[in-house]
Amino acid sequence: MADQSKKPHQDPETTGHEWDGIEEFNNPLPRWWLWVFYATIVWGIWYVIAYPAWPLVEGAPAGYKNWSTRANIAADIAAAEAANAGMNTRLASAELTAIADDAELNGYAISAGGAVFRTWCAQCHGSGAAGAKGYPNLLDNDWLWGGDIAAIHATISHGIRTEEDDDTRYSEMPVFGDILEEEEIVQVANYVVSLSGDAPDATAVIAGEMVFMDNCASCHMEDARGDREQGAPNLADAIWLYGGDFETVMQTIEGSRFGVMPAWNTRLSEAEIRAVSAYVHQLGGGE
Amino acid sequence: MGILDKHHVLERNVTLLAVFAFLVVTIGGLVQIAPLFYLENTIEDVEGMRPYTPLELTGRDIYIREGCYVCHSQMIRPMRDEVERYGHYSLAAESKYDHPHQWGSKRTGPDLARVGGRYSDEWHIDHLRDPQAVVPESVMPKYGYLERRVIEADHVAELLATHRLVGVPYSDAMIENAAADFKAQADPESDYDGLLERYGEKVQVRNFDLSPEITEADALVAYLQMLGTLVDFSTFTPVASR
Repeated sequence: MADQSKKPHQDPETTGHEWDGIEEFNNPLPRWWLWVFYATIVWGIWYVIAYPAWPLVEGAPAGYKNWSTRANIAADIAAAEAANAGMNTRLASAELTAIADDAELNGYAISAGGAVFRTWCAQCHGSGAAGAKGYPNLLDNDWLWGGDIAAIHATISHGIRTEEDDDTRYSEMPVFGDILEEEEIVQVANYVVSLSGDAPDATAVIAGEMVFMDNCASCHMEDARGDREQGAPNLADAIWLYGGDFETVMQTIEGSRFGVMPAWNTRLSEAEIRAVSAYVHQLGGGE
Repeated sequence: MGILDKHHVLERNVTLLAVFAFLVVTIGGLVQIAPLFYLENTIEDVEGMRPYTPLELTGRDIYIREGCYVCHSQMIRPMRDEVERYGHYSLAAESKYDHPHQWGSKRTGPDLARVGGRYSDEWHIDHLRDPQAVVPESVMPKYGYLERRVIEADHVAELLATHRLVGVPYSDAMIENAAADFKAQADPESDYDGLLERYGEKVQVRNFDLSPEITEADALVAYLQMLGTLVDFSTFTPVASR
């Protein structure tokens, strides 16, 4: 690494290697490069001592830092849980209806519940909770299984028509395509559409009402306003899960519907379920 | 002259150079790779793992054929944000019957390692048909044709046999009954006792795509609905040293 700038120009030594008359200069390595090279050697030795590096017969030595991915993440999760433990315990033990009256708890529940909702619920109910065809809108006043916080909590915990959960909400509309005549289905579809709009065939409505009373009223009630005990939707409020046009109503009657929501008590903690219940309850339709 | 001055012998003889280069790479490979096969702390046996059923394995082939892995990983990394979003971090043993594994490294869409049971079958069908109908923000393409492509069980026994060749413990009975098991899993009206006996009580038997024939959508949804569900994490205690 001699300083060559002050010397008159001259060729450096060669390495003595020679191929077909071409010789190789023995130039010094750039100083910054050489020191970085030495530093990586030192770092490498430190790394081997600090972390698991050498696979031996029984296993790799743990290293003096005793590093373990699994221990790290367990500690991370424990720290996060400890930080929220106070609020989560309060939330999990509070009376469901009392959450809204406790401003501090309610604020926590709604923020935490919003995060749970966006992670686990938004794929079906939409990131703004407005739902999609077949997946209920949670912003309005129309509830299939009840809209007070206890009902929302039960629905989220046990799901709807979830095979694995014994306490799940369950009901099954018959496939009327196998039960009624085509003509009767057309009539009752006209009647159902007429409840909240204009039926395409007004002359079929009267006959359709008879079919409705005989076949549908036991669940959807005689006034067609539904029954939350059975998750039977209100058919008179112009709010539709699958669509209220004549074609879709025909499809629903002929083939039935069987919407499934997973039970969340296997994936979420009680505090998380309560938080997301409080979040959904305050979205606009809560009772 | 020391041994270091003899390097020109190697440098001037290309065959010798190749032989010595191979030797060096072999030593490196032995040191790095060989211990993974015998070190106790790299091999974890986890309760609940079973080979894929014929229908699920077919669904997995469709998953690979459609290139789902290009946008979806199947590997929940051990970090708190991932665990909170997707569930328990993935274990090596959970991919032990995957040939090839679907870990992936790019997530345009979410990780799917534990997507099983997270959505209803109907949601999967709606979502494959038109992802934007349920998730407006999604950039996923439409896969509606899967539910129109009927599949037969003609080659499913060979598929299982091929996986046995690379180490998946399919029994003779599993291969013999592959076609029957394939059909039984998609038909809750069928006699599926044999299927449950061979693959375990937790196998999900449903008409996944809600249509009478067995379609590619049936197979794909059957595969998606079992992903990450085999290990019961309420009873699993991770050993910290692994």
